[in-house]
Amino acid sequence: MQIVVAENLSKTYQSGSVSVPALNNVSFAITSGSIVSFIGPSGSGKTTLLNLIGCLDRATSGRLEIAGTDTAKLDRKGGARFRGNTIGFIFQDFNMVPILTVYENVEYPLLMVRAAPAAERKKLVLELLDAVGMLDQKDKFPDQISGGQKQRAAIARALVTRPKIVLADEPTANLDHTTAHKVLSLLKKIRDDHGTTFIFSTHDPKIVDEAEVIYTLEDGALAGSREQKGVEHA
Amino acid sequence: MLNIFKIALRNLFRYKRRTILVGLLIALGVVAVQVFVATSGSYKTLIVSQITDAMLGHIQIHKKGYLVSIENVPMNLNLNQHGVDKIESILKAMPEIEAYSLRIRLGGMISNFTETTNLRLYGIDPVREFKTVPLLPKRIMSGTAELKPGQILVPQILARGLSLKVGDPVVIIATNKDGSVNGKQFTVGGIVESAPGPGGRDGYIGIADAAEILRMDEPEISEIAVHVKHFDQLQTVNTALTKQLSKEVNNKGKPMFEVHTWEKLAPFANIAKMIDLLTVFIKIMLIAIVLISVLDVMMMSVYERTREIGTLAAIGTLPGKIVAMFVIEGGLLGLFGAIAGNVLSFAGVLAIRASHYTFSFGMKEGFVLDPSMRMGDVFFVSAVVLLVSILGSLQPALKASRLEPIKALRSV
Repeated sequence: MQIVVAENLSKTYQSGSVSVPALNNVSFAITSGSIVSFIGPSGSGKTTLLNLIGCLDRATSGRLEIAGTDTAKLDRKGGARFRGNTIGFIFQDFNMVPILTVYENVEYPLLMVRAAPAAERKKLVLELLDAVGMLDQKDKFPDQISGGQKQRAAIARALVTRPKIVLADEPTANLDHTTAHKVLSLLKKIRDDHGTTFIFSTHDPKIVDEAEVIYTLEDGALAGSREQKGVEHA
Repeated sequence: MLNIFKIALRNLFRYKRRTILVGLLIALGVVAVQVFVATSGSYKTLIVSQITDAMLGHIQIHKKGYLVSIENVPMNLNLNQHGVDKIESILKAMPEIEAYSLRIRLGGMISNFTETTNLRLYGIDPVREFKTVPLLPKRIMSGTAELKPGQILVPQILARGLSLKVGDPVVIIATNKDGSVNGKQFTVGGIVESAPGPGGRDGYIGIADAAEILRMDEPEISEIAVHVKHFDQLQTVNTALTKQLSKEVNNKGKPMFEVHTWEKLAPFANIAKMIDLLTVFIKIMLIAIVLISVLDVMMMSVYERTREIGTLAAIGTLPGKIVAMFVIEGGLLGLFGAIAGNVLSFAGVLAIRASHYTFSFGMKEGFVLDPSMRMGDVFFVSAVVLLVSILGSLQPALKASRLEPIKALRSV
């Protein structure tokens, strides 16, 4: 089943009277439960594409269907609701809410977006914090933990709602090799357990090695795609 | 909702110094309003009670047209017995009325046999008058308040000018409505403290003595002073009384009587109005302080937390919840300011009471300012501050909710 279908997707930014094309007629389809990497040099359109898939931005032209929903038809409120129900984000800079503890940061999407019952929230949050090895840090505030710990907490927050798709922009950029390996193993386990689709934008060879499908972007256009041998699909 | 409160509260104390400063600014505004309202209210109440309970009464009823000529003491505009009976029957039927007093007003001359000067007199029944203006006996500086037949209560100003003391004989000369001049000898029964303003030359004699001087063939009354049980019911009673009396019309179909509250009869009413106006201005200033402070601090918050707002929006927080977070944050800031302001105001009012601050009004000195904060004012001011804080944070909150997540996330 295809969870992301992009047809002739283009995005042009307007800077005064100057038009800056970021994506140009990109078409692809992502199968549900796969781990996909978009690679390419800086300015190739990776982040723009991830923003479009995450419904954070709108395409200038083309069609983008995510989990059966035409994203062009979503208004501000509908977009927020769709993101909350369907997509998890792992930001490159973690983007933890500084006034909330690690536990509260992870709990936030369940509480404020999904309005899940307290017992269910507690179970899911503790389970995820344990899985990312952050259980002992749960009562600390983001400014009291390291970058790697923040990233792990951010991963737990992205996964806690069991989203169909997780978007990650350079998810291991701030992690050491061991932690990055642990995180990747965790993501694969979650994919295996829940059928979550992971879409990465990355330069990191560790992630590229783990991806089942790799799309290469160059100057806003899709320059190629390949399936990795030896990497199992869900 | 509780979680939005928790988040708002934590965000508020994220910038402690700023929150405390803005909270104090709001508190200062609340203190200005509450202390001003309490002290001016105390001043007003004290003076109004002096005017109404020592002289005028709360309400006065006259024959139509009397008030316009009141300075001339028009004898041809007195109420006849029939009119008085009608008014009395209405007053007796109104349970809100504590007491009323029938008065004959007359202008005349007072002589100590060597000097003569003009004065105005009230012919009264002392028992009914003292029930209607209960502070009048306290104005009697020497002598007694009995006011026996043939006795006069001379105003302090005239007593001093004519060197009169209790027991001295005086002659009162007055002209009746037919134009004949009549005189009668009285004994000074007491010296009454002169009222501030135009009432400073008012003296008192018995109502029968007044009728005798004016040689009234039939009983006539110049005015009926009314004392209501509860001062805060004054306007209600006045409206009801006016409505009832307006049914009484003369043969030309015009109303026979006119009803006025003390506000129409005493110049101090204008000062009271000015005090009320000043209170309104101070309240407007409070609103401006709160609005500008909260608006400023919340706009700054949105600016500083743009990236965070982008994160919250990206992970699916609905725009309404983002609005609620900022509105509650602003509301809590206002609430803290209001609470601190009311506590400080309470302390300030207690300090003023403890200082026994005195002031004078007219010729009377030594009025002690006794301010107090009413719960109604506390709730009203707090509600205004809360409402304005919410309004002040609404624009920044809406701005936050309308931020494009992608642009907000790019913010540094």
